[in-house]
Amino acid sequence: MIGNLDTATLQHLWWLLCSVVGSLFLFLTFVQGGQTLLWQIAKTDIEKDMVINSLGRKWELTFTTLVLFGGALFAAFPKFYATSFGGAYWVWMVILFTFIIQAVSYEYRKKPGNLLGARIYELFLFINGSLGILLIGAAIGTFFTGSNFVLNDYNLVKWTSSLRGLEAAFNFFNVSLGIFLVFHARTLGSLYLTNNLDFTGMPDFEKRVRTGALVNLLCGLPFLLYVLGMLAFMKGYAIDQDTGRVFMESGKYLHNLLAMPAVSAMLAGGLVLVIAGVVLNAFSRSRAGIWLAGPGTVLTGLALLLTAGYNNTPFYPSKADLQSSLTIFNASSSHYTLSAMTYVAMVIPIVLAYIAWVWYLMDRGKLKAEDVTAQEDSY
Amino acid sequence: MIDHFDPVMVDWARAQFALTAMYHWIFVPLTLGLSFLCAFFETIYVRTGNEDWKRLTRFWMKLFGINFAIGVATGIILEFEFGTNWSNYSWMVGDIFGAPLAIEGIVAFFLEATFFAVMFFGWDRVSKRFHLVSTWMVAIGSNLSALWILVANAWMQHPTGMKFNPDAARFEMQNVMEVILSPVAISKFTHTTSSSFLLASLFVISVSCWYLLKKRHILLAKRSITVAATFGLIAAIFTAATGDEAAFAVAKHQPMKLAAFEGLWHGEKGAGIVAAGIPNPDKKPGDSEQAFSFEVRIPGLLSILAKRSASAYVPGINDLVFGNPEHGIVGAEQRIELGKKAITALAEYKKAQKNKDTAGMETALATFDQYREHLGYGYLSDPAEAVPPVAISFYSFHIMVILGTFFIFLCIAFLAGALKGKLENLTVLQLAGVTTFFLALIASQAGWVVAEVGRQPWTIQDLLPVSVARSNLTADTVKTTFFMFLGLFTLLLLAEIRIMTTQIGKGPEED
Repeated sequence: MIGNLDTATLQHLWWLLCSVVGSLFLFLTFVQGGQTLLWQIAKTDIEKDMVINSLGRKWELTFTTLVLFGGALFAAFPKFYATSFGGAYWVWMVILFTFIIQAVSYEYRKKPGNLLGARIYELFLFINGSLGILLIGAAIGTFFTGSNFVLNDYNLVKWTSSLRGLEAAFNFFNVSLGIFLVFHARTLGSLYLTNNLDFTGMPDFEKRVRTGALVNLLCGLPFLLYVLGMLAFMKGYAIDQDTGRVFMESGKYLHNLLAMPAVSAMLAGGLVLVIAGVVLNAFSRSRAGIWLAGPGTVLTGLALLLTAGYNNTPFYPSKADLQSSLTIFNASSSHYTLSAMTYVAMVIPIVLAYIAWVWYLMDRGKLKAEDVTAQEDSY
Repeated sequence: MIDHFDPVMVDWARAQFALTAMYHWIFVPLTLGLSFLCAFFETIYVRTGNEDWKRLTRFWMKLFGINFAIGVATGIILEFEFGTNWSNYSWMVGDIFGAPLAIEGIVAFFLEATFFAVMFFGWDRVSKRFHLVSTWMVAIGSNLSALWILVANAWMQHPTGMKFNPDAARFEMQNVMEVILSPVAISKFTHTTSSSFLLASLFVISVSCWYLLKKRHILLAKRSITVAATFGLIAAIFTAATGDEAAFAVAKHQPMKLAAFEGLWHGEKGAGIVAAGIPNPDKKPGDSEQAFSFEVRIPGLLSILAKRSASAYVPGINDLVFGNPEHGIVGAEQRIELGKKAITALAEYKKAQKNKDTAGMETALATFDQYREHLGYGYLSDPAEAVPPVAISFYSFHIMVILGTFFIFLCIAFLAGALKGKLENLTVLQLAGVTTFFLALIASQAGWVVAEVGRQPWTIQDLLPVSVARSNLTADTVKTTFFMFLGLFTLLLLAEIRIMTTQIGKGPEED
């Protein structure tokens, strides 16, 4: 059945699947957001331990989703993998470093003999949540603003900026997207913690955690508006349907949204859900904000990534050489590999189901102060 | 294909991969085996209801968790390093190599990540039975992830199930089952996982022996040794059997690697194995220098190992470099010439394609097809480049085999001591037990050195040399990140060792 799908359909399907994984990652960055909130919302050691332990039960999920995002892009769009990682070298290296130091920090922070002391591991978590997410945002920004590379006949990449990817962080659009993602992660972090912690007897703590969502959304809003405004009016990269050549088109991304009403609906619906989640959290006693803002984030992320890759748009454009730009058509794996991978992808619903089931089982009872003080395994 | 080849950059990129892979491999085998040992311990607890077994399980789990975190930290970089430092590789074989990495993420990593939280924090939140299932899921998940990355590695040793697409200038997958079920993949997976089970068993034995020497936590130590020695012995025997199978596969698909790790320069019938020896470091292909300055040889054994027949012919390094018509071996010298024809034909094909010259494309393609199997050799400039570092391969292989054999006897000794109830009195065995984990680490690393150094100069055997697989980066860039990783990983390793030793010093929680 799948083998009969034509290559273009499979390419669209895999861009969708990669976008879903990427958008799920954006939702799961509540872990990173929570890490940067630590100093502001937790005033005592117990509060700090509660935040760390609550996030510590989820950090691997976020981490794994990022790894899968990389793996899925490698399998489905190997030319992107080769071009971006080998080309925009430094931006990816710095991002990876922030994730390496995150991976040990939960486990090591409170363990006796940890060499660096709890503060340094907390700093590692902060760097991961701030610099890491900022640069991921800047890297996603280049999907719209373009990068500096030229590919030769054998698809070897030559990067034309000596900053090797870090130049993405000097573009206002990219940085705005990055800053917005940092504040957005903090918003989600606050919503998640509101949902996950038992604040019995700690009203001040609850207030600080709850307030975080609204404050951070408001801080991020100007950057979001700038990004959306630019997206609507900026020149975008487009593929000429007849010749396959890449050219600049005014208002390209707005055209994409208009041409794909479902994507526009996802963008609008997603943003409304995020805002609704934050409002619910700020002005009611409900703990369910994350369950509105989380799916809202997935929809918004999906809309952004589909705008970048669908409707004859090169998803990884080159401003150094338009014709080197990567599209879902020229960067993908072969028909055979995409088909085989599609069979594998059918297990994804099972994976999502057991993740949801375990999440439910583990979070039925909220995390109490005594859970982190009494348990020998706590972080 | 590559405009300006910078050998210094390639060496730094290789060094970086070796560094990150070797650091990663300090922690991973322990994760692979200790996860199963924790599952065994917890199963005994659930079946007996004895709280001592629960304490024992939680103690080993704690060590597992400390080790797991740094395994994850060192692992993420490896996945992305294929893109950052080896981007041409990523493009040329991403169509095949990317798939196992994605499958690894989908079917294995989430299993680990999801149930890991239950394993550590679910004791009071889920039922006993569900907790046990979770512990097993972590063990299965981590070993499944090993399966997929080893399938990918096996494909680099023995590329199969694909063909070259000259239009895209890359290799494309033709048969996914051939990639997954390749005999090299099967022997690599079984050998790597069983040796990891052995290593983890020896870790448990080491820590337990230290307690016995210190006369602390005697019951925990004895029980742990009984389970670990049983698991370790089965794993050690299995490791030897799968190792033999792996060597047979190497003889078939990577004869140069076999010749290098055996130090066999001249092919012979009824070839012997060097049980112990010192290879001559100055020996070069084709010269008349002595191969060994000292050697103890067991006649006929290499032929049995490699070809399953005592009189069979095993080619040596010189035969593979210069060719041996008598045995139908085309040497690297000749293959370089043929490979260059393939490269020229590919360039002509590209040129004709640009000029929309269909006839020219067809002619070029026909020539290319004639020589395509030698393509990778066309990038070598000297036949001697086709020879991997002999001394490193030789020593690594022999250290691995000698230690592997020793571990079988050690596990038998521990099992006998445990069954007779005499472990507490056998101080010499306890001392041997304490050091054995470090020997296991050496053996395990040596195994990867044989596999990877022995494959040089190839990233993908016979198809893609490391010099072409690289990214377009300067040597200084890669050198900088090399030292960044070296510093960071060393710091994290030191922290890990201190945390581990502190936890071992503390021992299990007392009730």
